[in-house]
Amino acid sequence: MSLLERQDVRTGPLVRLESVSKSYGDLLALDRVSLAVQRGEFVCLLGASGCGKSTLLSLVAGLDQISGGTLDIGGRKVSLMFQEAALFPWLSVRGNVELPLRLQGVSRPERRKRAEELLGIVRLSGFSDKRPHELSGGMRQRVALARALAQNADILLMDEPFGALDAMTRDILHDELERIWREQSLTVLFVTHNVREAVRLGDRVILLSSRPGRVIEDYAITHERPRRIDSPEVSAQAGEITDRLRAEVARHAQ
Amino acid sequence: MPSKFPSARAGLEGTSGDSTAPVVEKVGVSPEAAEVAGLDALELQPQRDKGQRGKRIWKNTWPKLAAIAIVLLVWQIVVWAEWKPIYVLPSPETVFTDLGSVITTADFWDGVRVTMTRAFTGFLLAVVIGTIIGALVSQFAPLRAAIGSLITGLQTMPSIMWFPLAILLFQLSESAILFVVILGAAPSVANGLISGIDYVPRTWLRVGQVLGMRGVAKYRHLILPASLPSFISGLKQGWAFSWRSLMAGELLVIVPGALSIGVRMQQARDLSDSSLVICYIIVVLIIGILIDVLFNAADNALRRRWGLLSN
Repeated sequence: MSLLERQDVRTGPLVRLESVSKSYGDLLALDRVSLAVQRGEFVCLLGASGCGKSTLLSLVAGLDQISGGTLDIGGRKVSLMFQEAALFPWLSVRGNVELPLRLQGVSRPERRKRAEELLGIVRLSGFSDKRPHELSGGMRQRVALARALAQNADILLMDEPFGALDAMTRDILHDELERIWREQSLTVLFVTHNVREAVRLGDRVILLSSRPGRVIEDYAITHERPRRIDSPEVSAQAGEITDRLRAEVARHAQ
Repeated sequence: MPSKFPSARAGLEGTSGDSTAPVVEKVGVSPEAAEVAGLDALELQPQRDKGQRGKRIWKNTWPKLAAIAIVLLVWQIVVWAEWKPIYVLPSPETVFTDLGSVITTADFWDGVRVTMTRAFTGFLLAVVIGTIIGALVSQFAPLRAAIGSLITGLQTMPSIMWFPLAILLFQLSESAILFVVILGAAPSVANGLISGIDYVPRTWLRVGQVLGMRGVAKYRHLILPASLPSFISGLKQGWAFSWRSLMAGELLVIVPGALSIGVRMQQARDLSDSSLVICYIIVVLIIGILIDVLFNAADNALRRRWGLLSN
């Protein structure tokens, strides 16, 4: 491989979709979706129900096969977080975070050290020996984030990770995620149906149509970070995107 | 790694010696960290005072004692009413006096040993066989189609139905009894494992997929631990079946030289000693209850660990 090519690999997008389609039988879930996620970027996929945003994440995560087009993640590792923390109840908080390291064959002292570090990053030091059920929903999601980080993946996929949390907890977790994304230089592809959340977090917000899912708009969000979900700029831009989204939803009225 | 966290963590670790709840170090923490820690503290359920231990035990015990008292009272009333002659239905007092003298003999404990040895051997074999069958059935679809419903069918078979065949196959021997005990218990064990594996929550399976679990690792780190609660209920049910089968077996299959509980009970009947027969009924009941308590303790411990119990 020439130096030029290697450079290209390093600077090119981490995730590249070109005209990706996905159908389940007769049902077309995604229709010629093209998008690229650059290294270090925080991209939000926004859409109403039936826009195939979760399908798209499953495709990128390799949990499902595309029906057409090109999906290229350059053989990079991905980790995926869901709306449910889905921690394993038979393991302690530390055990859950250590699990990806165990599967990678990391030695016991090393993975213990690394798990403590990761729990420190999500501000849960001191909770290592707790059981998942002893934690609140927000704390469980942070453990799930630490577990995802433990995979040491190049791309972090998040499927409405804060959808089931109350507003206060969600706001604080936005701050936390933004901080961790910055400190750890993460590349995030984040799915949500919450417009403000998308504008609050994303460098870009990609608006998808519903049934089938198509990219209808790619908004660049340039407001200075750290942002607040209730700041005038975030609200104004969220309002604009919401109008667009409602128009899209209204199209399905007949 | 960012260098600001180890220092914050050092503060936490310093305090985590004796206290059960993690203590949040307030000094030198950023406002954001304080916000997060504050929210965590508010959202965690405060440890409720579970009350004194003695009080709790009493609360669980008195209904049981009351139930026993009522049974004894009804029994005594029936005896007083002279519904049956006293040598056929003896009074509780006679029975418990007899029971007291029976359980102080070495002979009696020999019988218990014979019976319990059979019970544990049979049950352990049933667990091994049931686990292997359950694992195979859940793994191979054709095998499930072939014998999946057969296993459930076997579970509903009254075990006493097997004894004529067992006696023809193995004569009056330990093997005949073990054969029936295993047939009684193994299907429950297998079914427990199968349903445990079948009902591993989908989200956990997806996590396993995302974490790249495959083959043996998937079983070791996901499927087996996830199916444990169901497996334990299978074991518990399997034990109940094997205990019943064993008691039926000991009454029907009398192996020369092995004076088990069942044989002793049969002898008491032959001597028309009602009191002694009732003694052995009580002994069998108590053993059954004790083992059930053990299974429940294991089950509860697991549920508490998993957070499936409220207290």
